[in-house]
Amino acid sequence: MTFDALVIGGGLHGLSAALQAARRGMKVALVERDFLGRHASGATAAGVRTLGRDPAELPLSLEAAETWHVMEELVGDSCGFHATGQVQVAEDEAAMEKLRARVEGLQARGMSHEELIGANELKSLVPAMTGPCVGAAWTPRDGAADPHVTIRAFRTAALAAGVEMHEQCAVTGLSRREGTWIVTTSKGAFEAPVVINAAGAWSAEIARLAGDPLRLGLKHSMMIVTERASRVVAPVISAMGRRLSFKQTDAGTLLIGGGVQGRIHDDGQSAVVDFAALALALDTTRRLFPWTEGLRIVRTWAGMEATTDNHLPIIGFSNRAEGLIHDFGFSGHGFQLVPSVGRVVAELAAEGHTETDLSAFDPARIELERDAA
Amino acid sequence: MTTDVVIVGAGPAGMAAAIELRALGLSVLVADEQPAPGGQVWRGVERNNATRLAGALGTDYARGEALVRRFRDCGADYRPETQVWQVEEGWKVFLNQGGKASVATARAVLLATGAQERPVPFEGWTLPGVMTVGAAQIMLKSGGFMPQGPVWLRGAGPLPLLYAQQILALGGRIDGIIDTSAPANRAQALRHLPRALRDWRSLAKGARWMRELRRSGIRMVKGVSEVRAEGDERLTHVTWVEDGQPQRAPAALLLTHEGVIPSVHATLSLGCAHDWNAGQRYLAPRLDTWGETTRGGLFVAGDGAGIGGVDAAVARGGLAALGIARRLGDEVDGDKRAAFEADLSRALATRPFLDALYPAPEGRIPDGLMVCRCEEVTAGRIREAAREGAPDPNQVKAATRAGMGPCQGRQCGYTVSRLIAEEHGIEAGHAGFFNIRPPLKPITLGALAALELPEEAE
Ligand SMILES: Cc1cc2nc3c(=O)[nH]c(=O)nc-3n(C[C@H](O)[C@H](O)[C@H](O)COP(=O)(O)OP(=O)(O)OC[C@H]3O[C@@H](n4cnc5c(N)ncnc54)[C@H](O)[C@@H]3O)c2cc1C
Repeated sequence: MTFDALVIGGGLHGLSAALQAARRGMKVALVERDFLGRHASGATAAGVRTLGRDPAELPLSLEAAETWHVMEELVGDSCGFHATGQVQVAEDEAAMEKLRARVEGLQARGMSHEELIGANELKSLVPAMTGPCVGAAWTPRDGAADPHVTIRAFRTAALAAGVEMHEQCAVTGLSRREGTWIVTTSKGAFEAPVVINAAGAWSAEIARLAGDPLRLGLKHSMMIVTERASRVVAPVISAMGRRLSFKQTDAGTLLIGGGVQGRIHDDGQSAVVDFAALALALDTTRRLFPWTEGLRIVRTWAGMEATTDNHLPIIGFSNRAEGLIHDFGFSGHGFQLVPSVGRVVAELAAEGHTETDLSAFDPARIELERDAA
Repeated sequence: MTTDVVIVGAGPAGMAAAIELRALGLSVLVADEQPAPGGQVWRGVERNNATRLAGALGTDYARGEALVRRFRDCGADYRPETQVWQVEEGWKVFLNQGGKASVATARAVLLATGAQERPVPFEGWTLPGVMTVGAAQIMLKSGGFMPQGPVWLRGAGPLPLLYAQQILALGGRIDGIIDTSAPANRAQALRHLPRALRDWRSLAKGARWMRELRRSGIRMVKGVSEVRAEGDERLTHVTWVEDGQPQRAPAALLLTHEGVIPSVHATLSLGCAHDWNAGQRYLAPRLDTWGETTRGGLFVAGDGAGIGGVDAAVARGGLAALGIARRLGDEVDGDKRAAFEADLSRALATRPFLDALYPAPEGRIPDGLMVCRCEEVTAGRIREAAREGAPDPNQVKAATRAGMGPCQGRQCGYTVSRLIAEEHGIEAGHAGFFNIRPPLKPITLGALAALELPEEAE
């Protein structure tokens, strides 16, 4: 089977790259070891956030933000996105000072997506938040989406664009011959001059198979879902200097996370919840939303994703394996970036270059000696 | 707090294991969500044996008190009204005692959490007035609840017969029993009769129930199809098709039962290997002769190990106790082991006969039927999602929300797997099961936040 490009990984980044490459006229196949969205993309909190992003990520993040508001144009579905806004609260003056410095820095560079609000404005924005806060940074155009609706929408659009999809198809080897990658999988061999490595937590493994060993860490962030709550919290809430992300789903349940880490299952292939760690991490929730005490937890989980030294993703051509494009290492905040990163990666696959500045995402910074792997 | 062994469940298997482990000098903590020991079968036996319920519930019920008494006296740290909401390897057992969460650490864990009734959706099953026979029997044992007429039973297996018999003995009312088992199964079952005769007492008991029910004048309906519960706001009628003719009878209560299946959420969540029982269509953890799972130090006894009934549960509890002591470094008393194994073999003698007589029901599930009650997902919606993706229940769960509700897929799990298998033309056992996402029982945010951690974790 010969294609113009082969995408490894059926998470949202693989799907987005496959879709946008196919729209550029390429013949694309996507292989997924499990089922689409099995890992980070199905486990995600699906926050659509420009708030507090690393400045290096902001151009791609702001581009993606525009697309989230017109998602129908890209995939024919809103993906359950609601622009409820995101709020990062400051529980004390020191935290507020940090927010102020950040927002003023952005404004000095001509960026106005973040605004500062005081305690009273915050109260009227989130009346259900009864804990004490001195103010917040607020991004009214941010919000959250529904991860499963998003996966479905990208899948449907990619199929319509002609992407060939193979689930339960694991990549086991990569070799380069005469300008073409030969990718062996549990369902046979694929050939393509360009391979896109969007294997999430297993991207280092794919890179190693391709002869480009990289230094990647793993994250296994945990999430809690409660039963339906009677109070209403519209925006997504986080807190400066705290591990919290708190939002209400369309179904009325609360989704609580914020990067508290679970553990790797001893099969090495999935993450499990660590309740002791989870228990210790509920302090901020209890302070800001004391009425949640009596709500029952119906489900918890941990999702696996690759993380890098400075939490910035790796996007761009491998420096050492020709025709291999890296697209991973989103370090717990890649959901929002799905539309724009897919655009860039598709451009690289189709044209071999892009106007977008990818220097902050160059794999060079995490390359390992080849014999060290 | 560290104990040698934590046992989850104080039914026959858990109690028998606790008694044996204490006799071997090991420290034991037993957690159970009920207010008193006995499990499902001997629920409330200490209290009920002093009342007129005792006679009606039968001698098999009353005899449970002897084991309960030995359990109470065995020196185990027994925690009633305590839910186990998570088990982590190493071993940590997370308890919730009246809203207070804590962790018990142990060298080995025995899951003796029993079985649940097999949920089988049929038209009208979600109407108020329709419930399971098991639930009605729990209400009988814990509050003396008598069904109010017209009362119909529907399903297959020994439990409806036993329950009807108990209600009659209390002077209660049963209007009719609709037997949904296929008549063809009887011929299959007869092949297993010789072995079953080893336990002739149980067979004789079953035959006696049947005789008494027939004599009582209860309407016995057999060989029918399309049994439905009807009603607008709540149940008013039960209908079926008999010899091609539609039938209809008024009903205020319809009690259903389609057999029992092991509760496997805990072993699934711990990644233990499971095997598929094709005749009964359930998963059971893969166990060695001692009841140890593929995770060293984690044992299962009782119906959770595979449906076997009360005597098998007691024997398996004893064997598990010996196996645990062996794992913790003790020598095994060969005579004891032989005795438990003989008990187990006798107790399981009727099983092939019963399994053949009452296989898991097979009829096609109509598209319009509600399969996941928590999230209100129909069979048609599940089939559609199954066709769209890989044959994996987790994929269907993500796409439809089926199995995401508070029951954690205990109601819809097997039906979802079965629908996926049908759509993909694979064997039911090959579709797998939902990934179990903890907690095993809901716990409040407040209780989790106040979790008391064992010292080394602080
Ligand atoms: C709990 C949690 C909460 C999060 N919350 C947010 C948030 O609120 N906002 C936000 O912006 N981001 C969030 N993120 C991050 C975001 O979800 C991820 O950055 C994003 O989903 C990553 O997508 P992906 O496609 O790169 O990875 P994945 O979705 O993990 O996809 C990688 C795929 O590759 C497949 N694969 C691996 N190896 C092979 C192989 N050998 N052969 C074939 N296939 C293979 C895997 O099976 C997997 O499906 C969160 C992440 C987690 C875990």
